[in-house]
Amino acid sequence: VVEGLALLDLGVSPYSGAIFHETPLIIYLFHFLIEYAELVFMITDVLTAVALYLAIQDFNKVVFKKQKLLIELDKYAPDVAELIRTPMEMHYIPLKVALFYLLNPYTVMSCVAKSTCAINNTVIAFFILATIKGSAFLSAVFLALATYQSLYPLTLFAPALLYLLQRQFIPIKLKSKSFWLYTMQYAALYLCSLVVIICLSFFLLNSWDFIPSVYGFILSVPDLTPNIGLFWYFFAEMFEHFSLFFVCVFQINVFFYTIPLAIKLKEHPVFFMFVQIAIISIFKSYPTVGDIALYMAFLPVWSHLYRFLRNIFILSCVLIVCSLLFPVLWHLWIYAGSANSNFYYAITLTFNIGQILLISDYFYAFLRREYYLTHGLHLTRQDGTEAMLVLK
Amino acid sequence: RGGMLAAVLLLLTAAGPGPGPVPVRAGRDALREELLLSPLPDGDVAATFQFRTRWDADLQRGAVSHYRLFPKALGQLVAALGVRELHLALTQGFWRTRVWGQPPLQAPAGAELWVWFQPTVTDVDKAWEELSNILSGIFCASLNFIDSTNTVTPTASFKPLGLANGTDHHLLRYAVLPREVVCTENLTPWKKLLPCGSKAGLAVLLKAERLFHSSYHSQAVHIRPICRDASCLAVSWELRQTLTVVFDTFSSGQGKKGKLGSSALWSLSVHSTSLSLPLTLLPTDWSLFKMFSRTLTDACPLASQSKVYVDISPKNKEKELLEVTPPPASVHEAIVQGDKRTYAVYDLLSPSLFNTSRSLNVQLKWKRPQDSSDLPTPILHAQRYVSGYGLQTGEISTLIYNTHPYRAFPVVLLETVPWYLRLYVHTLTIITKGKENKPSYIHYQPAQDRRRPHLLEMLIQLPANSVTKITIQFERALLKWTEYTPDPNHGFYVSSSVLSALVPSVIAMKDVDVDVEQSSLFTSLFPSSDGSSYFVRLYTEPLLVNLPTPDFSMPYNVICLTCTVVAVCYGSFYNLLTRTFHVEEPSRGGLAKRLANIIRKFRGVPPL
Repeated sequence: VVEGLALLDLGVSPYSGAIFHETPLIIYLFHFLIEYAELVFMITDVLTAVALYLAIQDFNKVVFKKQKLLIELDKYAPDVAELIRTPMEMHYIPLKVALFYLLNPYTVMSCVAKSTCAINNTVIAFFILATIKGSAFLSAVFLALATYQSLYPLTLFAPALLYLLQRQFIPIKLKSKSFWLYTMQYAALYLCSLVVIICLSFFLLNSWDFIPSVYGFILSVPDLTPNIGLFWYFFAEMFEHFSLFFVCVFQINVFFYTIPLAIKLKEHPVFFMFVQIAIISIFKSYPTVGDIALYMAFLPVWSHLYRFLRNIFILSCVLIVCSLLFPVLWHLWIYAGSANSNFYYAITLTFNIGQILLISDYFYAFLRREYYLTHGLHLTRQDGTEAMLVLK
Repeated sequence: RGGMLAAVLLLLTAAGPGPGPVPVRAGRDALREELLLSPLPDGDVAATFQFRTRWDADLQRGAVSHYRLFPKALGQLVAALGVRELHLALTQGFWRTRVWGQPPLQAPAGAELWVWFQPTVTDVDKAWEELSNILSGIFCASLNFIDSTNTVTPTASFKPLGLANGTDHHLLRYAVLPREVVCTENLTPWKKLLPCGSKAGLAVLLKAERLFHSSYHSQAVHIRPICRDASCLAVSWELRQTLTVVFDTFSSGQGKKGKLGSSALWSLSVHSTSLSLPLTLLPTDWSLFKMFSRTLTDACPLASQSKVYVDISPKNKEKELLEVTPPPASVHEAIVQGDKRTYAVYDLLSPSLFNTSRSLNVQLKWKRPQDSSDLPTPILHAQRYVSGYGLQTGEISTLIYNTHPYRAFPVVLLETVPWYLRLYVHTLTIITKGKENKPSYIHYQPAQDRRRPHLLEMLIQLPANSVTKITIQFERALLKWTEYTPDPNHGFYVSSSVLSALVPSVIAMKDVDVDVEQSSLFTSLFPSSDGSSYFVRLYTEPLLVNLPTPDFSMPYNVICLTCTVVAVCYGSFYNLLTRTFHVEEPSRGGLAKRLANIIRKFRGVPPL
């Protein structure tokens, strides 16, 4: 961003080079705030934490209300008393979420590095807050801002829509007219705000240069600077002939989990949002640790799933060890020259596998708890012995 | 019949090459050749050859079909591609300005090509690409590697050296290939372009095994339009082929036969490459035979002028430095680069030269050892280096020295940095004498990945007697594995930066009465507008920078492993999304179990 501002001062478009890939609104914002950059990033982190706190507080109320409704409607099996969540255990969850975000070493690193990912996190946190509070307009505006900055939050449209429909008590049936009406309304709000923001950016710098520089850059991955993601080494070692094919495959990979997840998790849109944010952070073209910090902040919300997690110990060890090894192997490769790029790449692979297994573990635990809630905790087979539960 | 025979004989004798100069007529072409020998401070000698063909024809208009002295390859090139000026230089080695003084014409290491196109050319980039490919064929050099990733369009640095009608810099293209190696393959086609080839005249001295055994070798071709005469009503085309070579006592491998005995001088010369000069010992004597293993026997018959100049300027006013044998026919004084210099002249076309011996072997003998007052400090010299550690970031620093005691002057600095070293222009700092020096003109064009390089041009004012340090930081990019050269750990070259300046000179430069046609070639290289300064173009060292490399043996492995990770995610999510929980039913056993039970029944053992 500093380079972009320097280029603007020299009278050259910041997008004429290959260094600056942020949006014009960020340039406009930092034009005034560049002197207080550290303060700005600290404030954005605090704002994110506050937004998450308020959002989870509201969400807990919604969860509790829904649980009460389902109990009264007798949807739960009789012996699941220990799985029912009480207000007392849920009392400290919002504080835990806020603290998880603020005290996460990834967040601290991101703030010290003054990465604009923190601003992205703030926008997404506000989007979550607006969605949970039920305001479709604000939710659409913040989602448009998040999409404008880094294309991938587009996939959060589905969970937000599902949540708002649920809140309005509109059943999700493809034939229902009210469903389509509300969807169209929300989509229209979202697209209009997106168009307004893009046109505003055009008028800020008087050119459309930012579109290939920001979105073309995210989609076509030309810069292969090593990061914690999977893309850089893959495209560094890719045969030229297949480059375009694999770029398309990797981009589709981020977007295509949305529809199946929407179908499976239509009753639980906030969990859907969590899984979607996690998938974006793992598979986006230029991930940073700030993105990871955002979805990790949600983990206390699902702390009641702890008993159903299968690999949590190994996964937390993997994640901690990999986070510690990242700087070591980077130093060995780039500065000491005694390792080569494969070492760093291996840690990238392991770290991403750790994250993927963490998310799928939580998903498994969530689905399992739902099964137990409706079918009872103590399952017996036909002959009376204790049953095992498998996915078939 | 006798009359006809006599007439034919007369024609033959009249048409043969005569000893006198060929007169220049309109529509005609003329060749002048010149060799300048200048001794350098630490005992080395620089030889600069210039072959200038001037053709009074307009190559741009009308089809020219009869080529005489002007080479057809270049003439057709200029006409077909709409070239207004062409400058191509192939150089090996680096001219050490601080030690050797200001160069007559310097070129950066590798291949350098800059071209001004005519305003009639519509697609300059296409013409540039065709031109570099054709030149690559003519000179057997890999100029076809010139593409958009190493071509820039400077706005202030390379103004036209010939006639120009307006300077729209979009018609200018400049490219350098720092990795290009110059060898005999490039010298041979260059020699072939000379009217006499390498058979007569000064070009007989151009033997590859001596020329490339030197510390600096630069051959260049310059084509430009010039005024036909003083009234400048018509345009002539000038082709200059220059070759500069520096022979030094060390790399020429000659045994030392100085006045103090070979071994002592040899051991001193090993150390003297770091010292500036051997203070008390006489450096080696030079001669044409020693330098080129040939001597001059005659002038090129097609040349209208063929001269050898030897720089015998006394650096110290009282004592003479150099003795030249055979004694020169005349002595010529000229003001070159702000200095009054004396030259011994040998005119190869004068009949008295070859009277005593059939060949001319000019010998240079040092009369006294050089002392520190002989060292010319060049007024402008520069140095560039890259600093930093690790493969992530680095810093390019350029130091520019202005050693003039009281005059300040501006210099234009042009830096071309390849795209994979990402420059951060907000880290650009220019410091002179401890204070920040703001350039009066900056033109910065950032690089685009895989499409064009960085271009940084600045006009910096250099105060008198100062050192200016320009630093800029960069980040190294990771390239795709196919974009690395076969030896990636050798590093990547950053081409030399160009410094262009009008250096103020103490002595008035231009003598208005002297006709350009009559003055020596080495004084008429650069046009000068007024007499108080002379134009100098300097190049800094090229840089060698290492980039982080991926493991080149791993493409399949990487693809498999990354796809495995993606498949792990896809698999787990597929399972969770498409399958539902079921209570496990005891299975009746697969085929293997049933077979095992049958065998057990036969054996009389209880079933599984």
